[in-house]
Parts: sequence; C-alpha cells; structure tokens
Amino acid sequence: MYSFPILQAEETPNIISLKQPHIQIKDLHVVVEGQEILKNINLSIPNNSVTSIIGPSGCGKTTLLKTLNRLLDDSKDVEISGSVLVNGEDIYAKNAEVTHIRKKMGLLSQKPFTLPMSIFENIAYGPKIHGEKDKGKLKAIVEQQLRNVGLWEEVKDRLDSSATRLSIGQQQRLCLARGLAVEPEIILGDESTSALDPISTQIIENLLMDLKQRYTIVLVTHILRQARRVSDYILFLYQGEVIEFGKTEELLLHPKHEITKQYVKGFIS
Amino acid sequence: MANISKRLQKEKIAKLLMQLSGILITGSLFLILGTILYKGLPHMTWEMISQTPKGGFYLGKSGGVLNAIIGSLYLAGLSTILATLIGIPIAIYLHVYVRQGTAISRFSKLLFDVLFGIPSIVYGAIAFSIMVFFGIRASLLGGVITITLLTIPIVVRTLDELLRTIPQDLKHVTASLGATRWESAKVMLKYIRPGLFTALLLAFGRAIGDVAGVMLTTGYSDNIPKYLDEPTATLPLAIFFQLSSPIPEVQGRAYASALILTFLILIIVLCTHFLSSKQKKHQT
Repeated sequence: MYSFPILQAEETPNIISLKQPHIQIKDLHVVVEGQEILKNINLSIPNNSVTSIIGPSGCGKTTLLKTLNRLLDDSKDVEISGSVLVNGEDIYAKNAEVTHIRKKMGLLSQKPFTLPMSIFENIAYGPKIHGEKDKGKLKAIVEQQLRNVGLWEEVKDRLDSSATRLSIGQQQRLCLARGLAVEPEIILGDESTSALDPISTQIIENLLMDLKQRYTIVLVTHILRQARRVSDYILFLYQGEVIEFGKTEELLLHPKHEITKQYVKGFIS
Repeated sequence: MANISKRLQKEKIAKLLMQLSGILITGSLFLILGTILYKGLPHMTWEMISQTPKGGFYLGKSGGVLNAIIGSLYLAGLSTILATLIGIPIAIYLHVYVRQGTAISRFSKLLFDVLFGIPSIVYGAIAFSIMVFFGIRASLLGGVITITLLTIPIVVRTLDELLRTIPQDLKHVTASLGATRWESAKVMLKYIRPGLFTALLLAFGRAIGDVAGVMLTTGYSDNIPKYLDEPTATLPLAIFFQLSSPIPEVQGRAYASALILTFLILIIVLCTHFLSSKQKKHQT
C-alpha cells in the first residue's frame, strides 16, 4: 500500500491574484455532522473562465460547490464559517438574501432533474417565479434559451410534452437552459456529465466553453481529461484543503506539490 | 455450493407462505363480498336507495336508507375536504419549513403517529364532551368536526411519506433557480399529485366507514339533513341498527345497506385510480 504524504503546514495553498475576482472565498470552514469537510479555504475564482475543482472522492469538492450558492443551508447539522464574496458582497452576511444569491448562480447537477412540467414550463418556471408574466416574453425566453443549448430544433414541435420524455442528454441541456433562463452570472456544475454518454458529454462541454464568455463557470469533475479539455484553471482539493490552484496546463504538467503530482499521475483517485 | 438444494427449499417454502397468505386474504374478501351479496341482494330494491325510512321501516315496512346514504356522503365528503385543506399545509410545513431531524420535527411526527393510532371512539368521546360543554346537540357539524380530526393525521402521515419520496434534486433545482420555499413547495405538491389522491382515498375510506366517532356526535335521523346543525344518519350506523333488529326482513336490509356502502367505496376507489392515472404525465 502506498502511503500518502501528509500536507506540511508551511505548504499554504497558492492564490492567484486577480484584480476583480468574481467569487472570493475567505477562511471558509465547513463542518458537517462534527466532521470538518472543508478546512480554511482561501480562494479567488476568476471571471469569464472555467475553473474546475478536482480531487479524490470525499475531498469536499461538491461541498465547496454547494457552499457557493448556499445549498448547504437546509442540510442538518452543518456549520459554516468564513465568507464567500460574490462581486464583493458576502453571501453569508446576516442580511444576505438567499433566493437572490441563488438566482445569480445556475446549478447543473450530476443527474438531470426535470421539474414535473412540460418542456416549456421547465424553462419558463424560473422567469415566472421572478415575476415575468408576459406570455410573449416567456415564449421568447424559452426559445432563446433552447437555442442557446442547441435544443430548439429538436423540441420546438413538442414544447408542451413532458420533459421526462427527452433523452438524458437532452434533459441535461434542458436543465442548463432552465438555469440560464433566470439570467445568472455564474454557472456551477456538479459532475454535470457523469450520467451522460460521450456525445452528450461533448455537447455539454462545448456549450460550457462557449458560455464562459458571458459567465463565470465552476465545475466539479472527477475526470482529469475533462478538466484539461474545458477548464482555464484547476483547483486541487485534498482532504478538505486546497492543495494547489493554478492555470490548467501548469497544474497538470508541472504540479508543485507531491500530492497533486500523484493525483495527476493517477496514484490517488 | 453444496447447500444449493437447501436454499432452493427455503425459497420454495417462502414462496408457498406468500401464496398461502395471498389466498387467505383474497378468500376472506370474497367471503365478505359473498355474504353481503347473498344476504343483501334479495333485499336490494330501488326503494332502498331512493327513499328515506317510512313509518314502520324498522319493523320491516316500506322505505329505504337514502337518509344514511346522503348523510354518509355529506359527512365523509366534507370531512375529507376539510382534512385535506388542513392536512396539506401541516405536511408541507413539517417537511419544507421545519428542519429535518430537529426536536420539533421529531415531536410532530411522533404526535401524528399517535393521533393516527387513537381509536375513533376516543375522538368521539372528546368531541362529545366538548359539544355537551357548549350545549351543541348531535349534528352533522359535530360529526364533520370529529371525523375531520380523525382523518387529519391520515392525510398528514400519508403526505409525509409521499413528500419523503421527492428527490433532494427537486429542492436543489427550485432553490438554485431562486425559488422561495413556498414556491418549491408548490412544485413538490405537483410532483406528488398522483399520490395525493391516495391520501384522499384513505381519508375518505376511514371517514365513510367510521361508526364509533359518529355514534355520539352525529346522532341519527330519518330525514335527509338540510342544515349542518341537524342530526344525520350514516350508513355504518344504519347497518348497526338494522342488524340489531330481531326481524329478519330488517336484518336483510342491513346487508343490503352494507352492499350499498361497499359499492360507494368501490366507486370512490375507481374515481381515485382514474384521477391519479391522469396525473402521472410528468412522472419518470
């Protein structure tokens, strides 16, 4: 058995300095059921780029992603300390408005989950709850978002049929369109392609790479090749700590830390 | 590998036991249906369902149990509607607003489990003493209140089970789109709608079949109730009264009444199945 080197105290994670980071995480600690899942996370996530969070299972990738849009709030026995700044505003501040924060971030989860409604209603749902009542405008939004994800031609004749009838790849694109319909600034992806076939995966990856011009994208992935394909930056998490954060090529080709090296080479998974 | 024959034997025994209990339960069902058909059908006349009891009905003379049919439908219908209107918000509140696993959540679940198990005579007795205190006489209203209290735990418990089947993803999706908890809850209700009818069916079934709860609170009357404050007949009580009669003609009508009650429940079950299958459109 190979034993993993223990992280030295002086090996503090490196932070890329940015003038105006979209998301800035400061001294973030997350404790779930008495177990410290995230330890002292300090991080700046750059604008208009794809940042991938990689690391072995159970290292806290998904937890980190969920703290970004406060989805952990409703889970039981969770303690969160530190701050997460989005555009300079702390989303964990006492007066922060949760629904407003979440609206800023579209979430693309592991398995596509369509709402129990028609294709049209799935996309119109977001704008509707945020007050859009005009039917013409809703139609325009639905068409535009479906076009954005390349689904319009495939479904334009059956907008009223149930979203569950779509293939799983189409469903995931629908979920992306649904998230985009509320005009977020940030897209969070939680292993968004793990349930998809290679072709659908490629479609989603290409979409995300197109979308980064307008959005900041944070992805959790356990596929190194995917991280290499789509991301500009990679964050390596190990046992709840940021080990390394840097440009994709740099981190994958010249990892600074021993653990990163081993993970990239495939010794740890 | 050597014990494969032993394992197959166990399999056979288990299967046999399951089949036996299946046969047993189906057999009892047919026995019940057979009995009420055999004993009730000869007394099943158009008069039974189209007329209220005339003078001497309980001595075997003309009339029917229309008063009890209408009374039972009123009572069960109103109670089910009320229990649903009260039960849905409770279930949603406990599931969406109260954090799972906290003392309040655990206590309320325990509370509803206990309320679920309390026999209806206890509800009847409590409602009766309250009615006596306020000087209200046995009436349709008294019955509706009692039976509503009786059926709320059924609605809440069933809905709670249904809400638990909702994937966490639904909460996450609606939340990440910026929905408030109430807006999420509405989507959840949409998700469980096919099962909602099962909850209503259970409540209605319990309401229409209850004797002990209505005995003290609803009273009995040969007239069809026009107002909520009038005593009202119910089918189970009608069966009870007629069955206690020594006159064979009246006893036979008890079985006919049981047949009517069974038939009513059959109609409700079929309606529920139909409605719930219509709702399955968006289910995976």
